[in-house]
Amino acid sequence: MNAINKLLTSAAIGLAVGVTSFSAIAETPANMLVIANRIDDVTTVDPAESFEFAGSDISRNVYNRLVNLDPMDLAAGYQPDLAESWEVSEDGKTITFTMREGVKFHSGNPVRAEDAAFSLQRAVILNKTPAFILTQFGFTPENVAETIKADGNKLMITTDKKYATSFVLNCLTATIGGIVDKEVVMANEADGDMGNTWLKTNSAGSGPYKLDGWKPNESVTLSSNPEYYGGAPAMERVIVRHVTESASQRLLLERGDIDIARNLNPEDVAGASSTDGVKIEDELKGRLMYLALNQKHPVLSKPEVRQAFKYLIDYEGMRDSFLKGQYTIHQNFLPATYLGASEENPFSYNIEKAKELLAAAGVENLEVEIGVREAQERIEIGQSFQNAAAQAGIKVNITVGTAKQILARYRARELDVYLGAWGPDYPDPQTNAGTFAYNPDNSDEANATGLLAWRTGWDAGGLTEKVEAAVTEGDREKRVQMYLDIQKEFREISPFVMMFQQIEQSALRDNVMNWSTGQAVTSAAYWQVTK
Amino acid sequence: MALTEDNNQRRPTRAPLTDQVWPFLRTTLLTLGSIAVTLLGLLFITFVIGRVMPIDPVLAIVGERASQETYDTVYLQLGLDKPLMVQFFYYLWDVLHLDFGTSLLNARPVSEDIARVFPATLELATIGIIFGVVLGVPLGVLAAVRKGSWIDQIARVVALVGYSMPIFWLGLMGLLVFYGILGWVGGPGRVGIFYVDVVPSVTGLILVDSLLDGNWDVFKDAFSHIILPASLLGYYSLAYVSRMTRSFMLEQLSAEYITTARVKGMSEWDVVWKHAFKNIRVQLITVIALSYANLLEGSVLTEIIFSWPGIGSYITTALLSADMNAVLGGTVVVGLIFILLNIFSDLLYKVFDPRAK
Repeated sequence: MNAINKLLTSAAIGLAVGVTSFSAIAETPANMLVIANRIDDVTTVDPAESFEFAGSDISRNVYNRLVNLDPMDLAAGYQPDLAESWEVSEDGKTITFTMREGVKFHSGNPVRAEDAAFSLQRAVILNKTPAFILTQFGFTPENVAETIKADGNKLMITTDKKYATSFVLNCLTATIGGIVDKEVVMANEADGDMGNTWLKTNSAGSGPYKLDGWKPNESVTLSSNPEYYGGAPAMERVIVRHVTESASQRLLLERGDIDIARNLNPEDVAGASSTDGVKIEDELKGRLMYLALNQKHPVLSKPEVRQAFKYLIDYEGMRDSFLKGQYTIHQNFLPATYLGASEENPFSYNIEKAKELLAAAGVENLEVEIGVREAQERIEIGQSFQNAAAQAGIKVNITVGTAKQILARYRARELDVYLGAWGPDYPDPQTNAGTFAYNPDNSDEANATGLLAWRTGWDAGGLTEKVEAAVTEGDREKRVQMYLDIQKEFREISPFVMMFQQIEQSALRDNVMNWSTGQAVTSAAYWQVTK
Repeated sequence: MALTEDNNQRRPTRAPLTDQVWPFLRTTLLTLGSIAVTLLGLLFITFVIGRVMPIDPVLAIVGERASQETYDTVYLQLGLDKPLMVQFFYYLWDVLHLDFGTSLLNARPVSEDIARVFPATLELATIGIIFGVVLGVPLGVLAAVRKGSWIDQIARVVALVGYSMPIFWLGLMGLLVFYGILGWVGGPGRVGIFYVDVVPSVTGLILVDSLLDGNWDVFKDAFSHIILPASLLGYYSLAYVSRMTRSFMLEQLSAEYITTARVKGMSEWDVVWKHAFKNIRVQLITVIALSYANLLEGSVLTEIIFSWPGIGSYITTALLSADMNAVLGGTVVVGLIFILLNIFSDLLYKVFDPRAK
């Protein structure tokens, strides 16, 4: 559906609602939470494999971790979950967790240190997409029996070198840190898959909810765990319905057939916000929009040109028009709400300043190609940039293509400029620092396609060492300062033009309280919700 | 010798058994051969398109931030390094063993997914086509008989709106009015939240399953959810069926045998229904079969607006996610539907038109 049709539809719905009151509004039961969301990205619910947004939502509510983030106080960082406490060895390489007593899995089996060890070992051995979150600490399928082991009520994990404790623990709050019931999982093992096939569609956790069913592109149904150690959730049943169309979500919400609509477009958010019984809540998410200037380009690699491009973005104009309510200005690689995130946004739309910088660099008649993936918001950002650049004497040719076409060229370092979006992988600053500001080998032979700095052809210079130092700093406050310093330097010298951070706008019935989508650091939680 | 000759003369002249069986066998084999060749062609074209289109199944699985090593591993696992024809023959071999493979993304057997989504579309399309035929055929006949009258004008407007109004617009407006404002029908989805997974799935058709289970409440709820999208789809069939019926009928009503029948004093009812209409049945069957096949193929926009988990949205989602096993499985099902409906139409031709026997 194109933008005009969306607008017309929203306008028509708004008009009709304005002149006509809905007939008797339905209401979901007081002990049931019904959410409309796009869940077509769920490919598995195995915590060792799940790496998508909607899948992470399920996992967060079904599996406990050793340490976890409290949805009512995300800023506090990791808190004890299945691990009641932990100690770090003198050499900083071994963390010994003491397990919480008396916790049971949904099956009734007790949660043991052995289950925790098995879960982490299993994730490393299966080596699915998110396994790097654990293997970056030196865990391999060959050494996990020694590096991750249980002893009675204690779990010991030993990393290959000293890392900041906060880095390790933050990573354990990620989906892959979910603790599974070893007995149940291994009872469902097939062909040595450590239960992976079975866990793709079933659950074996100890969390506040258990998975009743997942029908791809249709629904996810959860029921509460009355034995949950943190207390039985108020919402005894949670149903997440796959509703792709924004207008349909809005109608369901306004009729009272759902409690939360998570994918309303700006027009429907504006319409729903004026409806009785509906409220809108904003949360900052981790997705960042940026431009990457290829440093293999002889002109784009000049420091003044990199600076000039940062003044050629109409930050406020875009935020207040087609990105309204969906994105906010953010010029740093760490999303706001992350540990060490900087709130500094020093660049503004300034054509004259850009012209001065370009003149200082001796640039004339520059023509560059920008690769944009075929998403409406990205195309509009590309067009806005194209207009601004034209005013500064730069001709920008926009190439729109699919992910395969555009991303393949970015990964091959062929695009002059890439307009990208990036979301963090786990709730620690290293997740973005380690890709935007870290590039130990910038040669073509290194082929480090996983690093954005490498894809951009940028030798991050001293920043690479600073990023390495920050992941080993044990003092939390010092570590925060290190990331603030790295971001400050990055803003000035990097070939990345950081532009926007995503906002998620949830529309809720006004009786829904304590809703959390997890901000930028984690996923949605249901157990604290009340009505 | 003479006796033998007499016996031979008395024996009834009967064609050898092979002469009776052979034409039947020949027809059956030709039909099966035609199905096989059509399906093979369909599979091959879809397979090739799937491989050359600019969507990367590897990227869909590993994610855009995966290392080159991970990318290469999955690339090899999917067999994408092999020549296209080799890949196709591996796939064909599996299909011949009724194995459509597993979805690249959710790792479920594609056949299980299709068994789940196809009944949803079948239920929707069947009610839709019943709606379209029951209203569209009489409307078309009346429009032809009363050509130029107000009935004809209404039929024209109905058809024009059906042809020209975007289905998503009409769907959303229908939802707004009948669900949002009036509250007469259920909203998006196959059943309300109270009835999710209440009745066991036997046929996958929730109306049938609820009746089999004797659960009248679920039946009523499911009916209130299906009536709007089915009517909407039916309306588009109605527009097509009524216009075609009108056109066929006008051709018949201007024929000389109709004039002769009227001159002979036959009642107008008999002229229209026993003569003219009888002669358009074969053409109508084609129109209805094609219309039904289109609905069964899955009306993607209707399924999206009404959150209807049918085969149209299944194939579309799979296509956008580069899940080619799912796309190919869905395509085979859709192709089979067309083929089976064509065969069914052919059989009905023979029932209604003796010349076709």
